[in-house]
Amino acid sequence: MKLITAVVKPHRFDAIKEVLQAFGVHGLTVTEASGYGRQRGHTEVYRGAEYTVDLVPKIRIEVLAEDEDAEELIDVIVKAARTGKIGDGKVWSVPVETAVRVRTGERGPDAL
Amino acid sequence: MAPAAVTLAADASRLSSADTGFMLICSALVMLMTPGLAFFYGGMVRVKSTLNMLMMSFISLGIVTLLWVFYGFALAFGTDRGSFLGWTSAFAGFSGIDRMQLWDGTTIPVFAFAVFQLMFAVITPALISGALADRVKFTAWSVFLVLWVTIVYFPVAHWVWGEGGWAHDLGVIDFAGGTAVHINAGAAALGVILVIGKRVGFQKDPMRPHSLPLVMLGAGLLWFGWFGFNAGSWLGNDDGVSALMFVNTQIATGAAMLAWLAWERFRHGAFTTLGAASGAVAGLVAITPSGGAVSPLGAIAVGAVAGVLCSMAVGLKYRLGYDDSLDVVGVHMVGGVVGSLLIGFLADGKGQSAAKGLFYGGGPGQLGKQCAGVFAVLAYSLIASAVLALLLDRTIGMRVTQDTEISGVDRAQHAETAYDFSGAGGGVIAGAAQAPAVARTRRVDA
Repeated sequence: MKLITAVVKPHRFDAIKEVLQAFGVHGLTVTEASGYGRQRGHTEVYRGAEYTVDLVPKIRIEVLAEDEDAEELIDVIVKAARTGKIGDGKVWSVPVETAVRVRTGERGPDAL
Repeated sequence: MAPAAVTLAADASRLSSADTGFMLICSALVMLMTPGLAFFYGGMVRVKSTLNMLMMSFISLGIVTLLWVFYGFALAFGTDRGSFLGWTSAFAGFSGIDRMQLWDGTTIPVFAFAVFQLMFAVITPALISGALADRVKFTAWSVFLVLWVTIVYFPVAHWVWGEGGWAHDLGVIDFAGGTAVHINAGAAALGVILVIGKRVGFQKDPMRPHSLPLVMLGAGLLWFGWFGFNAGSWLGNDDGVSALMFVNTQIATGAAMLAWLAWERFRHGAFTTLGAASGAVAGLVAITPSGGAVSPLGAIAVGAVAGVLCSMAVGLKYRLGYDDSLDVVGVHMVGGVVGSLLIGFLADGKGQSAAKGLFYGGGPGQLGKQCAGVFAVLAYSLIASAVLALLLDRTIGMRVTQDTEISGVDRAQHAETAYDFSGAGGGVIAGAAQAPAVARTRRVDA
């Protein structure tokens, strides 16, 4: 199994959710996040005083997937998240040792 | 402000129910300005000191109200004692005021006048609090409030508006409080912050307003309440001066907002929300002393000049290094000075008095009087407030500890926080039954 994590622009969330549903993903976890990449935030002005806000809002989407689906899933997420502008985010996957469905106790791929 | 001596004989026949009703409504409008100010300031501070900022304004409604009844009204508007202070013992405790007794030269009861002026006394010290955001002990602020209104506000209100007060007799025009309220509060703010110093992290950490919608709500309430503040200051409405003042208040405020925004767009490339709110307040401040003396076109000039100058003035704190947290000096002191001095140029002789300014052929006389009033109040308030702050700082201490300041004055001073950001809760009500200690019996040693 793999855990796919995507940190992307918040306004791309609906598009990503749709492609994941079309792919057959049953569940996901979403967290509001903030951070910066190469673009380093933006400037705001308050009564003439300029503040550099380097943390920009992002959402973090986490999906568990079977090994053979992982690469394709990453591709569809990237395609749905891309705007072509700076700050589009990142997607990565890591191996998962085990997963348990809390209600039934099912383990491994059955728990997805 | 109309003449201010007292006729002690009841005179029912002259009481005007229209004027009295007008004044009671105006008093209620001015009362709303203080919570409005609290929101205006509260939105501009960081989350961790929101409640303290609201409370520093709100507490004035309690403290100053009682002081006003005990002795404030008597000191400010009692019979003159040597041009500096008034006293009428019948006013102390409102004990000798008959409900049918009229304020001299007017058609309204003394009670209506007293409560209208009370609202001014409430909001003036509240204005100071914006400069002290995030770092002052609430008890020290409360004691400062008591001392400041007693030693600074009550006398200055007497100078400017009291029959026999020196500025009043000199002919200084201050329709609704440019000197007595705004310059007074702005100069006091400067005096206090020079003593207590900067916030931790000033000019290093970002100190962004935490809620601009609250700022706009506050500015809107201030603008609304200001009609009572300004139009009510003629103490009646039978000769059109109140209406002129009402109109000029709206005009100058609109002009000041646009001027501040234009200046911001030119200097910083954006029309900001905080700029619109601040410009509006700057315009309200500047038209307060001058609106009864200038024409509507003059009001546009007053607003536009105040909008640009106040916008420029708020940047001074970064250049000069004093921490006027929410720009009380830049907006209220500078706005008050601009409005008061412009009377010397723009008074057209058709409003509250026949006095004319330089642009209307009146010569420099009125400008000279305005300068005398402005600089006397500014100097007195600045010095007296700094001395008071020094006194309190040396005795009970004005500032919270650095730890408290960093973690936020709300929790330390008020045992509350403004917002609950945690969906998970996690608190326990003090005194509630503890959960059974299951974990202890089932503990497994690793």
